[in-house]
This record gives sequence, structure tokens and C-alpha cells, in this order.
Amino acid sequence: MITMEQEKPAEILVTLPIEPGKIREFARAILDDNPIYRSAKEAASAGFQGIPAPPTYSVVSAFFQESGSRLDVGLDMRYTLHAEQEYEYHIPVVAGDILTGRSRITNRYEKEGRRGGKLVFVTVETVYENQIGQKVLTVRQTLVQTSKTAEK
Amino acid sequence: MGTPRTTVWYEDVQEGEEASPLSIESITRTHIVRYAGASGDFNPLHHDEPFAQRVGYPSVFAMGMMTAGFLGHMLTDWMGLKNLRVYRVRFLSLVWPGDDLTCKGKVVEKHIENGRGYVHCDLTVENQRGEVVISGYAKVELPLNGH
Repeated sequence: MITMEQEKPAEILVTLPIEPGKIREFARAILDDNPIYRSAKEAASAGFQGIPAPPTYSVVSAFFQESGSRLDVGLDMRYTLHAEQEYEYHIPVVAGDILTGRSRITNRYEKEGRRGGKLVFVTVETVYENQIGQKVLTVRQTLVQTSKTAEK
Repeated sequence: MGTPRTTVWYEDVQEGEEASPLSIESITRTHIVRYAGASGDFNPLHHDEPFAQRVGYPSVFAMGMMTAGFLGHMLTDWMGLKNLRVYRVRFLSLVWPGDDLTCKGKVVEKHIENGRGYVHCDLTVENQRGEVVISGYAKVELPLNGH
């Protein structure tokens, strides 16, 4: 079998369908029994046009992606931790929406760790639009690769 | 767990005001696995104990996003999901099975800009030893009641 150096895409598209069952499952996982996540009627009386997605719901895009379609951030995931996460909410996201996210690496830098060793930080920004082309959500995820300090 | 407030008006929120904290006693592997399934995060560091130990961790540990989810839950109970404009978290310490977590929020500033009321909040999640595992920030836009 010949292994070929694959061209790494600078940008990938992710599809994120907003589904009521997945919202309910996610709300349960964050121990949130707010009725707006379970009842369209409660959501409407809170001012939403459908059952809304919780603030960190877009992480479920991991569930919807095919394994081959991830952005390659060039880090060893065994030694990589999540450093920061940021959301800007532009328009409410509700069940029935189909979002398309455009992900790209927006920052990459190295720093000396406090206990020595090199830390590599990578920021991935994803801008989501809904099915009618409105920008709804911007997500910035920063990962950090430690210099295998967890290794025995 | 936690009770969402009904309409929160800009005028009713004061600088220095604190949220009622959300406490989660004793994080379990079940919490972590349920979040793995819900989110699709199947990084083995969070559910495969032999794998986690092989790369040098004492056990599995929680996804930062699970704890950020708990903090977001506290935040939306406090300020209302619809009003959220920015939510940001920094992950400072790992969360282990058996940890107790407390999610806290405090209003640090409020101002009116172009006829809209904005509230800035500092957020933290602390463990049972008082260590901050997440520090966060939220910008919220609250309706003006016009009084």
C-alpha cells in the first residue's frame, strides 16, 4: 500500500442539522432541564421560532462529520488539550435549521510552557450560516499541544 | 436542576450582582460518557481508562466542553439564552471523576449603547479544592423596560 502525502485543505465545510432529539440529548448531558429544550410551546413563549440550541450545542458537529472530513490541525491529539472556546451569537439557532460551517485555522503560535517544554497553540474559527444564508454563529476553538508532559 | 428566570430587564441587573451558583456533586464517568454520546466527542482520553493511563494520566478526565456546558447552563438560567451575545471560556485545570463543581457568575459592568442594554459577566467554575477549572466571560443584551 502506497501512502501519499495528502494535500491538506485550508478550509473545510461542515454541515450541522439542528434536530430536536439531539438538542434534548445534549441538554440532558449538560444537566439542563429547561423546558425550552423539550417543548416547542415553551420555546415559543420564550421568544424562539422553534426549539433552540443550547449555547455550546455546535460541538455536536463532531457527531455529524464523516471521519475523513476533519480539518487537520497538525497536532498530536494524544498530547493536545482544549485551551479556549469562544462563541459569538448573531441570530438564534432553532430545530429545523440546517447550518453550514466554514472552518479554517486562523492562528498558530508556540510558547514556552511554565514547566519547560514547548506549547503549540492552534485556533480554528468556524463561521456558521443557516439555510437562508444568514450568519448565525461564530465559534473559535483554541487547542494546545503540550510537549508530551503527560508521558511517564 | 437550576431554574431559568423569566424575562430579565436591563434595569433589574446591577453591577456586582452574582448568579445563584449551579453545583454538580461528584462528576462520574457516566456524566462523561453521556456527554461523549451527546456531543460526538469520542477522544479516548475521556472514556478509555487504559488509554488515558498509557499516555500518563491517572484516569480518564472530563471534556472541557462538558464543564463549559454546565457553565452555559448556569448562564442561560441566569440571563436567558435569547440574550446571549458572546460566551468565552478558558480551560485552566482538568476535571476528574469524583470532583465537585460549582458554576458562578458575576455582573462586572453594564452600559447602554445605541439604545441597547449590555451586561458583561465574569464566569468561573471551581472544584472542591477551590481551584478555578474554567474562567469565562459573557456579553448579554438585556431588553430595556422603558421606565
